[in-house]
Amino acid sequence: MIINHPLLGPRDASEFTYLGDASLINRPDWQAEDAAEAFYEYGYLRDNPAGEHQELWYHEAGDRSWLVVTRDTTTHEISKVELARDVARARGRSK
Amino acid sequence: MHDLIAITALGGSEPQVDTVGGITCREVPGVALASVAARMGQETKASKALAKLIGAPAPGIGQYAGDTVTAFWAGPDQWMIEAPFDTHEELADQVKSALGGTASVTEQTDGWTRFDLNGDQIPAVLELLSMLDLRNIDAGSVARCSIHHIGCFVLCRSDEAFSIYGPRSSAGSLHHAIVTAMRSAL
Amino acid sequence: MTQSNRLSGGQIDRNTTVNFQFDNHNYTAHPGDTLGSALLANDVRLIGRSFKYHRPRGLLTAGSEEPNGIVELRSGNRQEPNTRATTTEMFDGLEAQSQNRWPSLKFDALGVNDLFSNFLSAGFYYKTFMWPAAFWEKVYEPIIRRAAGLGSLSMEADPDEYDKGFRHCDLLIIGAGPSGLMAALTAGRAGADVILADEDFRFGGRLNSETFSVGDQSSSDWAEQAVAELSSMPNVRLMARTTVIGAFDHGIYGAVERTGDHVATLPAGKPRQILWRIYTKKALLCAGSTERPIAFENNDRPGIMMASALRTYANRFAATASQRVAIFTNNDDGHRTAADLHAKGVHVCAVIDVREDAPVNYDYEVLSGAQVVNTKGRLGLTFVEVALPDGSTRTLECGALGVSGGWNPNVHLTCHQRGRPVWNDDLAAFVPGPNLPVGLTVAGAANGVMSTQGALQSGAEAAAAALELSVAQPVLPEAEDAPIAQKPFWYVEGCKRAWLDQQNDVTVKDVKLSYQEGFRSVEHLKRYTTLGMATDQGKTSNISALAIMAEVAGKSIPETGTTIFRPPYTPVPISTFAGRMKGQEFHPTRLTPSHYWAKERDAVFVEVGNWLRAQWFPLPGETHWRESVDREVRQTRASVGVCDCTTLGKIDVQGADAADFLNRVYANGFAKLPVGKTRYGLMLREDGMVMDDGTAARLAEDHFVVTTTTANAVNVYRHMEFVRQCLFPDMDVQLISTTESWAQYAVAGPNSRKLLQKIVDPEFDISNHAFPFMGCGNITVCGGLRARLFRISFSGELAFEIAVPSRHGDALMRRLMAEGEEFDVVPYGTEALGVMRIEKGHAAGNELNGTTTALNLGLGKMVSKKKDSIGSTLSEREALVEPDVLRLVGIKPVSPEEKVTAGGHLMNTTGPVDAAHDQGYVTSAAYSPILNSNIGLGLLKDGANRMGEKMRLVSPLTDLTVEVEIVSAHFVDPEGERLRA
Repeated sequence: MIINHPLLGPRDASEFTYLGDASLINRPDWQAEDAAEAFYEYGYLRDNPAGEHQELWYHEAGDRSWLVVTRDTTTHEISKVELARDVARARGRSK
Repeated sequence: MHDLIAITALGGSEPQVDTVGGITCREVPGVALASVAARMGQETKASKALAKLIGAPAPGIGQYAGDTVTAFWAGPDQWMIEAPFDTHEELADQVKSALGGTASVTEQTDGWTRFDLNGDQIPAVLELLSMLDLRNIDAGSVARCSIHHIGCFVLCRSDEAFSIYGPRSSAGSLHHAIVTAMRSAL
Repeated sequence: MTQSNRLSGGQIDRNTTVNFQFDNHNYTAHPGDTLGSALLANDVRLIGRSFKYHRPRGLLTAGSEEPNGIVELRSGNRQEPNTRATTTEMFDGLEAQSQNRWPSLKFDALGVNDLFSNFLSAGFYYKTFMWPAAFWEKVYEPIIRRAAGLGSLSMEADPDEYDKGFRHCDLLIIGAGPSGLMAALTAGRAGADVILADEDFRFGGRLNSETFSVGDQSSSDWAEQAVAELSSMPNVRLMARTTVIGAFDHGIYGAVERTGDHVATLPAGKPRQILWRIYTKKALLCAGSTERPIAFENNDRPGIMMASALRTYANRFAATASQRVAIFTNNDDGHRTAADLHAKGVHVCAVIDVREDAPVNYDYEVLSGAQVVNTKGRLGLTFVEVALPDGSTRTLECGALGVSGGWNPNVHLTCHQRGRPVWNDDLAAFVPGPNLPVGLTVAGAANGVMSTQGALQSGAEAAAAALELSVAQPVLPEAEDAPIAQKPFWYVEGCKRAWLDQQNDVTVKDVKLSYQEGFRSVEHLKRYTTLGMATDQGKTSNISALAIMAEVAGKSIPETGTTIFRPPYTPVPISTFAGRMKGQEFHPTRLTPSHYWAKERDAVFVEVGNWLRAQWFPLPGETHWRESVDREVRQTRASVGVCDCTTLGKIDVQGADAADFLNRVYANGFAKLPVGKTRYGLMLREDGMVMDDGTAARLAEDHFVVTTTTANAVNVYRHMEFVRQCLFPDMDVQLISTTESWAQYAVAGPNSRKLLQKIVDPEFDISNHAFPFMGCGNITVCGGLRARLFRISFSGELAFEIAVPSRHGDALMRRLMAEGEEFDVVPYGTEALGVMRIEKGHAAGNELNGTTTALNLGLGKMVSKKKDSIGSTLSEREALVEPDVLRLVGIKPVSPEEKVTAGGHLMNTTGPVDAAHDQGYVTSAAYSPILNSNIGLGLLKDGANRMGEKMRLVSPLTDLTVEVEIVSAHFVDPEGERLRA
């Protein structure tokens, strides 16, 4: 596969390490009342769609950026690649 | 002056030189390195300070710039600075004082080993080593890549001069891969 | 006898004669020959014995689709089984042996299998060798292995080298026949970066096999001229002898270039084959088509071949299988073969055409509406029996029979990403379907465009379309443009022992039988009969079998289904996939800064990840590793020892939020760690399990150096980048690995300070007062070399870790040994390191096994509840904090000489020994030369409250039961007085 790195352009997938569902960015608040339940869901529940999937890839043999890759799991078509840091900020994460 | 004698990454007292066909591969221990990563919110100041240090604009993605002290792009708002070891052994300190609080600076001199390739058919060797698209690489280009599962930087100084940086501990494996590819391709 | 079947003409170099051997007979040939063409030229038709029935077999084809003509090439450790004679390029000194015969090719004892063919039909092995089960390994399998099969292995390592490489292009053109060459000319002239690859050593495809003209040239001359033009273009790379084996995601293609298969011996360092990964923007499949056979009784005798192969051998290689040939066809193309052979002076006995309206010819007889019903000839074809439309039969005497059942487009690569070909009635063949790999288009015969003119045009158009060229269409040379004229015809009615898959010996009868037995899906048919599952992947047999199945089922071929193809297109040696990554170079090796010194000391090394670490340092006279390790431990604890711990991961963490960041990744707190101090840190995964442990030294308010275990260095760095970029993207923190930059040595033992004081420059006070336990700082050594010193201890002794720039690591180790002589300093390896940490009760990799929590390891109090950190919430899950969870304990055998076995389980002294009564298990074990006893660490239910309890340590696998006592994990210096000395 080829991942079109937002900074570096097309790079072979073998340079990357796969982590999984990009929902891992949405880490719950540890002080919330339902924190235990929320962390359980965060840690263990995944949608696993046949189709479009947002997932985290790490450019380990490259610039060490974490990326959010939108990939169709049935065709491997990659429709979007973003820096995970930008996605995290857009989802309201900060410090 | 301390009296601990250095050895090269390949374990010799002198750098190793191998020539196959028209290409020479030289081990280059005489280089000092320091990494620079801009502090949050200080990116512009850091790249300005860096530009002053190297006497050229801070290099963009996939580029290097500078003369005696050069910098190459290593990641978003991150650079590696290289300079001659003899004159810049304490490069990290020098870079730190140039960049002040705008960036984190870390000594990287002995984290890496460098091999310089000189000759006229370098692409024929590199295409056996890395998946880089050499059509996009010309003088001033830098690319991170994997060579036989070793994470490396490849710098193109000119069509006939390339530098390869790899982790120092893997110098033997990297050197073997390069020289084997030279024998295969040339 | 020299080349008695050599004809005139051809693209061989008659000025040079080369020698080769087949089954130890000497023959001659010319450069430009294949082994196949050379054998035919020398009147050798019998080439091998079949897989199952040991039937005599010869060549069927002239290309890579060959099922029969497979031989063992070369000898000794270069012996290479199952190589197709039809693609083996001739060279002087080539050696080949026939396969699957004993004692000789002409007399094969297992030919008797053929007489029992009624018992060896489809599913024979499944039906026969089912029971008793115990017979499989000892009786059936050895028999089958001896009887069936193809070539044999040399059982020696392949001495040749193989490479991998990477290329990039705008357009990859797969196949250099008329469409491929025309596409390359079009793209090349437009300036695109083009790679043109063909499996053959000579570009041109069928242009080299035909007597057509292209423009005013012969087709082969036109091909040669096109290649000459392409060679002159710097933007076009021609890759001959290169098979594109697979189409992978996003325009990546795999290709095998046979750089050294056509020479007797390779120059030193040169690879025999290169596996290329080709990155393309667009790719164009111009793989042509493959002629398919017609099945009839005894259609597998040597001399019965594809008609197009006879034509290729005659026109390109100037060779014929016999001076008397007949042709059996259902289409006009078969007649071309007859005409070409006739023109070369080969006697054409007759053209047998199943069609009533076959074309007329006055040079030789054409039998219209006729069919071949049987053949004769034990080791090679002698007679062909023909049924004529009036019901009579005729026997023709001939040594070769060319069979033509029409042409199948080579759609293979279009299927590599689950694309399914679609049926085309006009061709009576499958053509590429709509779901092609992204970026791939198909041109020429591979796309069902069967004429030369059509192929040239389709190649030009496809290249222009792929590159979105707006240039006017190039002027195409005029070429053959005959329409397809054929009558679909798959097999002769009533035939039984009519071979479809000649490599796996599958007949028409087998296909019918498998259908009768209920295997209605094509995929089941394949697996039951093994049709199409040999090394040729059924290139000449799949469609015919499908047609027969369709007929039996009373359905159309497309209704019956199709099988798709998977990579590789043709067989690839495992060595080619391995490339240079074999033996010592299987993975990169990382050497420590003291490696060369350790080697001089005859250290024994152990692989830890990619690192080579000294395991122990044997002294002369030490005969057992334990002697060395015990000595290293005793001497370190008694005086001072030095160990290279460079391999521990080191990550530089800087930034205004560095301390805050460490607070998140470590379970324990780091915000209040003073500058100049080091703290042990425990890192959890988000699920609450321990991920790694190490230390973090605070060099400045905004600067830490974190260490990780050797094994987890890469994972921890990746995890920290994840936390930094994905979870807390606005934290001001920067990370970089410095593992390699510093040579770091542990100096441990009561005399460690005294030793270090000899090399640390005098302005740095490292006394206990000035540099207490867990202190750290930048210093200089040996007269000004910058260094870092950490007062941390893994061994439990007074200990330091000292780091200098890696290039000086070798010298520092030598200096420490020299200066330490007065203290009887000892270098110690990973074994002694392991013994001492077990004695001290430090958890390491064996305990951080992915299933343990901080509580399990006795470190529960470290998980701070006052702050957010990765894993802290889920570490409180109910099941993880129950009172009787596993706890780290020490284990001591009641008799000190009894061995403690890591992996052994702990059971109560009475009661059953089974999983239900399991109390825990041993994680680490060692012999302690300090306690003069075997000891271990383990995880035991409610272990903290079971000190002093006697238990059974059992290992049913090794039949071991040892009585042990549960003790504190801290065997040595439990109060930690030595560390602080």
